Amino acid sequence: MSDKHDASSVPTTGHVWDDDLGDYINQPPKWWMLGLTVSAIWCVVYWLYYPAFPISNAGYFTKGLGGWTAIGEMEADKSVVDEVRGKYEAKLKDMTPAAILADSELTEYVTRSGKVLFGDNCAACHGQNGVGTHDKFGLFAPILNDDDWLYGGTIDAIHETIQGGRQGMMMAHADMLSEAEIDTLANAVAAGKPTSTPLFAEKGCTACHGEDGKGMQAMGSANLTDSVWRFDSSVEGIKYTIKNGVNAGTPDTRVAVMPAFQGSKLSDAEIKKLAVYVYKFGGGQAQ
Amino acid sequence: MNQEVDKKEPGEVTTLYNEFETWTVNTGGQTIHAKRMPGFFRTFKDRAQLALWLPFFLVPYLRWNGKQAILFDVDHNQFHFFSLTVLPQDIWMLSLVLLVAAMTLFAVTSVASRVWCGYFCFQTAWTDWFTWIEDKIEGNPTARRKLDNAPWSFDKLKKKVLKHATWMLIALLTGISFSIWFVDAFDYWNKLIHFQLPTVGWVVITMFFFGTYILAGFLREQTCFWLCPYARIQGVMSDNQTILPTYDYTRGEPRGKIRRGGEAVAPQGDCIDCFQCVQVCPTGVDIRNGQQLGCITCGLCIDACDVVMDKINKPRGLIRYASLDELSGMPAKKIYQHPRTLVYLSIILIALAGIVWGLTHMGSLTLKVVHERQPLFVQMSDGSIQNKFDFKVLNKTDKDFRVKVTAGGGVKDQVIVGVEHDPMTHHGRGTSFTVFVKAPSANITKDVVPIQFRVENVDDPNVFAEYTSKFYGPNK
Repeated sequence: MSDKHDASSVPTTGHVWDDDLGDYINQPPKWWMLGLTVSAIWCVVYWLYYPAFPISNAGYFTKGLGGWTAIGEMEADKSVVDEVRGKYEAKLKDMTPAAILADSELTEYVTRSGKVLFGDNCAACHGQNGVGTHDKFGLFAPILNDDDWLYGGTIDAIHETIQGGRQGMMMAHADMLSEAEIDTLANAVAAGKPTSTPLFAEKGCTACHGEDGKGMQAMGSANLTDSVWRFDSSVEGIKYTIKNGVNAGTPDTRVAVMPAFQGSKLSDAEIKKLAVYVYKFGGGQAQ
Repeated sequence: MNQEVDKKEPGEVTTLYNEFETWTVNTGGQTIHAKRMPGFFRTFKDRAQLALWLPFFLVPYLRWNGKQAILFDVDHNQFHFFSLTVLPQDIWMLSLVLLVAAMTLFAVTSVASRVWCGYFCFQTAWTDWFTWIEDKIEGNPTARRKLDNAPWSFDKLKKKVLKHATWMLIALLTGISFSIWFVDAFDYWNKLIHFQLPTVGWVVITMFFFGTYILAGFLREQTCFWLCPYARIQGVMSDNQTILPTYDYTRGEPRGKIRRGGEAVAPQGDCIDCFQCVQVCPTGVDIRNGQQLGCITCGLCIDACDVVMDKINKPRGLIRYASLDELSGMPAKKIYQHPRTLVYLSIILIALAGIVWGLTHMGSLTLKVVHERQPLFVQMSDGSIQNKFDFKVLNKTDKDFRVKVTAGGGVKDQVIVGVEHDPMTHHGRGTSFTVFVKAPSANITKDVVPIQFRVENVDDPNVFAEYTSKFYGPNK
């Protein structure tokens, strides 16, 4: 029940300071010594079991008896993640992008991994979240979250665009049209009413942009009547486009090239994910 | 308590050391074998312990609608209480529950000292059951001390093995009972007997097994003395107005052995120094030294003293529940004259009100809307402006249902796009989907306007949630 602390029975070291101060010789408690010993043994075991000691400065070290490596642990963790993803990935393999879109659970999975893929592969030109990027000539790569699509906004069209890439094409008209004609056309286009001038049909614009000026998605010609602009909405900008064309081979021509991602760049599953991800930006169109 | 010290000359530093010579500190050097004596407080303690802790073992087996009635479902982050399901979003109420528990502890302690320690605490309860088993197997305290000192024999071995085996069984059952508050009880048993528990399950049951076995079997009162913070906290909760088991020193002193036949030489108090109060004490304190840290106020010494007082024809209550004020002859104050208790009570009331408010306003659906940060808005081909919103809907009911999304405020003639199919929300978890709002450019008068979203169960419009976000347009 009680410990009587009888101080007198404990011997001192024999040194005396300040007349009466001595130093007891007390053993550390047994549990404490036990703890120290166990810790020391633990250190040795740990040292032997895990990679611990550098042998030379060339990067050699004791490998440890347990065979543990940081890479191995990372791989094990990764396999856990892969297992979770596995059931989705297996489904994706044989599904069309449209079928994925119809499945809300898969769509959620795909948009999540699509975000990373988009950031790695697409955002350099199209901007994060597909807001587009600009250079000194105007919009460099199209905005992906509006509903205006040069080559079509259905899930299949988007999928095809990512797979095969696209290349815009418009002749340079600087030598074919007079300055006045270019000015008239540019002003009509800027107002959103290209057909208001007879020049639009006479000079053959309709061949690509259509009788009504709404463009043809089959060939990627722009809709000139809506509020979304591929390059520049100002009259000066439109004049520049008419004069120098797009990918027309001249030094001053506008550049509009989307590389193909099928094959070496991305796997089929990744392209499907991106198609759904881009479709879900807000401009995707029903089939 | 101060008898010894008072004799010393005050003011001398050395008196401190003199005191040290006689200072006894219970560090568990000797096992306390307390006597078990029947009485009012013994009965009360037995029943209180059982009333609080029997449910601990049994309640997890209660079923409700085919599920465990009370379950802190750690696997699914849910708390089930009969029909009520609390999701992590509402777990703030738990902090109020804990506040009520703490304040109740304080309030009770300020009125009637360490009631929790003496009659309800698991350490007290389990230790009491363990010593009861010890008493049944090894006999009364005298027999137990004799057995402890006896050389090993078959009989001693038999008794010791039986005792420790029983203790271990209780310890194991304790670990299991704790675990099944957090996972399905029957599923747990099934996994346990097939040795298929997850690692964390084995860790918990092992910890509780050893914890119970060691704390209740060996450490016992040492836990209250040196491990438990609440013992110390509660120590400062009592004051002169608090009633606690007290030795009436005015009546008892000077104490002395009763002398048969002859008259006492000197005037003598009622205490006959029989040490019954010390012998029954589960923590081995001498209550006659006054209220002290080691006293868990279980009242067993009161039972013991009353028996003795009856025998020597003295009135009961030499040791009784009394306040220090009462002993020193001060008039007893009423509870409402005890401001500290009133403060505790009002905190309890506020916390309870918070819980009631929380439970009634928990709702069955919550909505969070995050506006797309980039781009804030998109111009569409027809010139209209489109905003993108990420919806997070939490369905707290026990059914899956579809929700309809509507919006108020915002821009005239706005259209909600993307949720025409009325998204499905799954019960007990969050569902996220994207909502687009498209508005004609001509109607946009300000670059930012508030917009109130509402989601409601398509079958039951009373189940709804609202959230106010903003609609962004070009600068005008």
